[in-house]
Amino acid sequence: MGILEVKGVGKRFGGLQALGDVNLSVEQNTVHAIIGPNGAGKSTLLNCLVGKLIPDTGSVMFDGQSVLGRKPFEINQMGISRVFQTPEIFGDLTVLENVLIPCFARKNGSFKMNGIQSVGSNKDMIEKAMTMLEDVNMADKKGMIASSMSRGDKRRLEMAMCLVQEPKLLLLDEPTAGMARADTNNTIDLLKEIKEKRDITMAIIEHDMHVVFSLADRITVLAQGTPLVEDTPENIKGHPKVREAYLGEAH
Amino acid sequence: MDAILLQTLNGLDKGSAYALIALGLTLIFGTLGVVNFAHGALFMIGAFCAVTFSRLFSLSYETLDPTKKDFLGNPLKVKTPYLEGWFGPELGGTLIDWAVPLSIIFAIPVMIFIGFAMERGLIKHFYKRPHADQILVTFGLAIVLQEVVKYFFGANPIPTPAPMAFRGSADLGVLIGMDPNVVIYPVWRMVYFFFAAAIIGAVFSFLQFTTFGMVVRAGMADRETVGLLGINIDRRFTIMFGIAAAVAGLAGVMYTPINSPNYHMGMDFLVLSFVVVVVGGMGSLPGAVLAGFMLGILESFASMNAIKSLIPGIDQIIIYVIAIVILLTRPRGLMGRKGVMED
Amino acid sequence: MFGLEKKDTSLLVIVAILALFAPFILNPFPTESGLAQFNAGYPDLMQRFVIFGIFAIGFNILFGLTGYLSFGHAAFLGVGSYSVVWMYKLLDYNILPGLVLAVITAGIFALLIGFVSLRRSGIYFSILTLAFAQMSFNLAYSVLTPITNGETGLQVYNNDKQILMSAGDPTSPHLFGIVMNKSANLSIAGWDFTFNNGYYFCAVILLIVFYLSIRIFRSPFGMMLRAVKTNQTRMNYTGLNSRPYTLAAFVISGMYAGLAGGLMAAMDPLAGAERMQWTASGEVVLMTILGGVGTLLGPVLGAGFIKYFENIFSKINDNVLHGWFSFLPDGLENLLVGIIHPFVGKGWHLTLGLLFMLVVIFLPGGLMEGGQRIRERFGKKKGGGGGKDAEHHPKEAPHVAE
Repeated sequence: MGILEVKGVGKRFGGLQALGDVNLSVEQNTVHAIIGPNGAGKSTLLNCLVGKLIPDTGSVMFDGQSVLGRKPFEINQMGISRVFQTPEIFGDLTVLENVLIPCFARKNGSFKMNGIQSVGSNKDMIEKAMTMLEDVNMADKKGMIASSMSRGDKRRLEMAMCLVQEPKLLLLDEPTAGMARADTNNTIDLLKEIKEKRDITMAIIEHDMHVVFSLADRITVLAQGTPLVEDTPENIKGHPKVREAYLGEAH
Repeated sequence: MDAILLQTLNGLDKGSAYALIALGLTLIFGTLGVVNFAHGALFMIGAFCAVTFSRLFSLSYETLDPTKKDFLGNPLKVKTPYLEGWFGPELGGTLIDWAVPLSIIFAIPVMIFIGFAMERGLIKHFYKRPHADQILVTFGLAIVLQEVVKYFFGANPIPTPAPMAFRGSADLGVLIGMDPNVVIYPVWRMVYFFFAAAIIGAVFSFLQFTTFGMVVRAGMADRETVGLLGINIDRRFTIMFGIAAAVAGLAGVMYTPINSPNYHMGMDFLVLSFVVVVVGGMGSLPGAVLAGFMLGILESFASMNAIKSLIPGIDQIIIYVIAIVILLTRPRGLMGRKGVMED
Repeated sequence: MFGLEKKDTSLLVIVAILALFAPFILNPFPTESGLAQFNAGYPDLMQRFVIFGIFAIGFNILFGLTGYLSFGHAAFLGVGSYSVVWMYKLLDYNILPGLVLAVITAGIFALLIGFVSLRRSGIYFSILTLAFAQMSFNLAYSVLTPITNGETGLQVYNNDKQILMSAGDPTSPHLFGIVMNKSANLSIAGWDFTFNNGYYFCAVILLIVFYLSIRIFRSPFGMMLRAVKTNQTRMNYTGLNSRPYTLAAFVISGMYAGLAGGLMAAMDPLAGAERMQWTASGEVVLMTILGGVGTLLGPVLGAGFIKYFENIFSKINDNVLHGWFSFLPDGLENLLVGIIHPFVGKGWHLTLGLLFMLVVIFLPGGLMEGGQRIRERFGKKKGGGGGKDAEHHPKEAPHVAE
């Protein structure tokens, strides 16, 4: 039984069947990649997992509980953190504050009216955030306004914000989309590093084969809203159906 | 039945004004994506165009009439408007009498010019700024415009009558076979309604049937794509701003005989027009028109004694109550498009 | 001190000193001199500085931190004033029960209005708050006349019960016998200084609420509010529910507004519906923007700036202008007077509108940013990247438009 169990999920938009009958199981401490050509329903599936969309049919169980009908912040409190295609960070805040906010969110839940003691007096929180920043080599940038950083650093910061929550599952939505090759390689290195350092479960949505094959333990290939195959990277590489649906296309 | 008819009619003139202002607001919002708090001021400036034009028409020169004496025994000073001097008392007098409708000719270029100046001089620099900044800067502009008008025209309302032929009331009930004196309706309000309908029709057909309008509509739906086609959408949007200004101005010109214009009439209408736009659906032109008339008429119904005695004070708040209910149940308004200012 | 960091403590101390010595600071010119018209050290004006300062500080907690632009905060101001006058009518002229009630009722109103309005964001939120405020204003004028006394405004009449009133009690607002409109005067060689009880009472309240606002700004709660402004998407995906945060900020700022409205009635036992009009809401927006949105001191500065110039500008008339320029040749004198005339006296609002536009266009960070720029110009660059970047709005706040 995986930590994330997707069973028979379907979603229609008007006349378009975006997701057919998706079954998926993400095992603990693995990196599971979901790949597929554009329009395969990858983003729709992801949005169903994080509470942005509610599927028409099927069930999504996380850690033994259903996520359906829950709001994104509730799902995050259950232990799913999400990295976006373009980094979503608190642009006007400092790097340190960016990491502190998820720390407080993990400690205090979705809302706490703590308007009197200062942020600075929460020594344990600051320590935790700084350790995280050191982990991703950003400790020297803690005072910078987040929006003024390079895109690579923003990605790094967003990753730190998700990791500091110690999520049971980290979802990554095309973390290298639109990146130059060098940046892509940096991101892969960062992810590998994270994977080696911590026991973490990741689900990656990606269309870049290079990224997928260098990270994933298991791969699900999605085509036209339904999973084509699910297997290890080695087997996927040679799979004829995958070649036909995906790899055969100009990349 | 007759009471319903009467209240519907009573709501039409205010509804027309709401619809015209809301139409302009929506045009600007839909095309430029700017929330224009100075739009009410454009309505007010239009009204003062009519005032200015009336005054220009009645500019007079003085002559001494030796045949008559004033009470001190001096020759009587007679004021003759230049127009009467030039065109003879008959034609000149008619022109003066028709000053308000005639000021339309004068108001259109003035309003378009003001619209261009506003867009090029100020609004243009705010496309990329947050909506809060747009609201604030146009709010400041509205204060400035209204104070300038106050400086030149004073704080008191300036009565500006309609042409003789349209003063007074008509017994509309008789026309549709009802008893006399049941549905009495001021003629000018009737004129205002038809005028508003004509303007609305003109704007819609302009958008519907001209290439220019087609591009603008496409731009309202998806600005980026149209921009990618190599069409200079900015210039067209500037023109749309001018048109929106003219629509608000004309609404103001023709409104002067209904309510004597004062410098803060724009603000009074603006708050309600915003509510109208939101109720109609931000970015929806038919929505703005529909909601304008609907709210005008509902406001008129709410001020009936029978209803006021049932729910005291309802006439004061009906529009806001409807706005709140609609915003909460149909966040996009009656006919709002998806994706316009949503989170 | 008081659990504040050094920088904030010194800020608080500076504000405290300024407030304490305001009667001196604001009266720099001898009473008989020609410049005495620029003095601002009289009770009525000083009270307004402080009261509007409180109003703006509260508004800034909502607008400055969360970015939600309310156009209806004047409603809470009015509610506060009515509460205080009602306590006068029912109990006695002691201001304390009234102020407590003012804060509570404004808080309840803010909770209701905020609960509904905050379901929408951006321009929709602004219009919803505007609609609620206009609705309150219209109701106060019409149906609610038994409570608000309509156009006349609410005041204390001889036949009011005033059950706690006993013989010898002050017949104007007081705090346990300290009468608000009493002042002590001090004359030193041509200078006259007034120390007004009401002013000092308001100043103490200002210091308390200013201190509270510093605590809020520096707290995790304040950080969450700034997070709301920056990126609500990320906030939701970080496990935070933004709605209660914004609602809490809305209620707090509504309570500040209620307190300010209550203090108005505590200084002058009157309450009128015009206090709820949307132009009054616009005024507090303006003060906050002018001073510096999201800064601690900005709103107080903005309130003081606007109230000061409103007072000075509206006093200047043609005679005063001619007095100033009398040293010039007549033609030039008349020309200058003619140019300045539209902007002063009754034309103050024109100046205000222009000022508003200029600030939004050129100085979105308000006076605080202006001060910072000047400091930078003179080479006193401070290390570290803590300050705001020059591009004030690098990204549209996502809840305003997306």
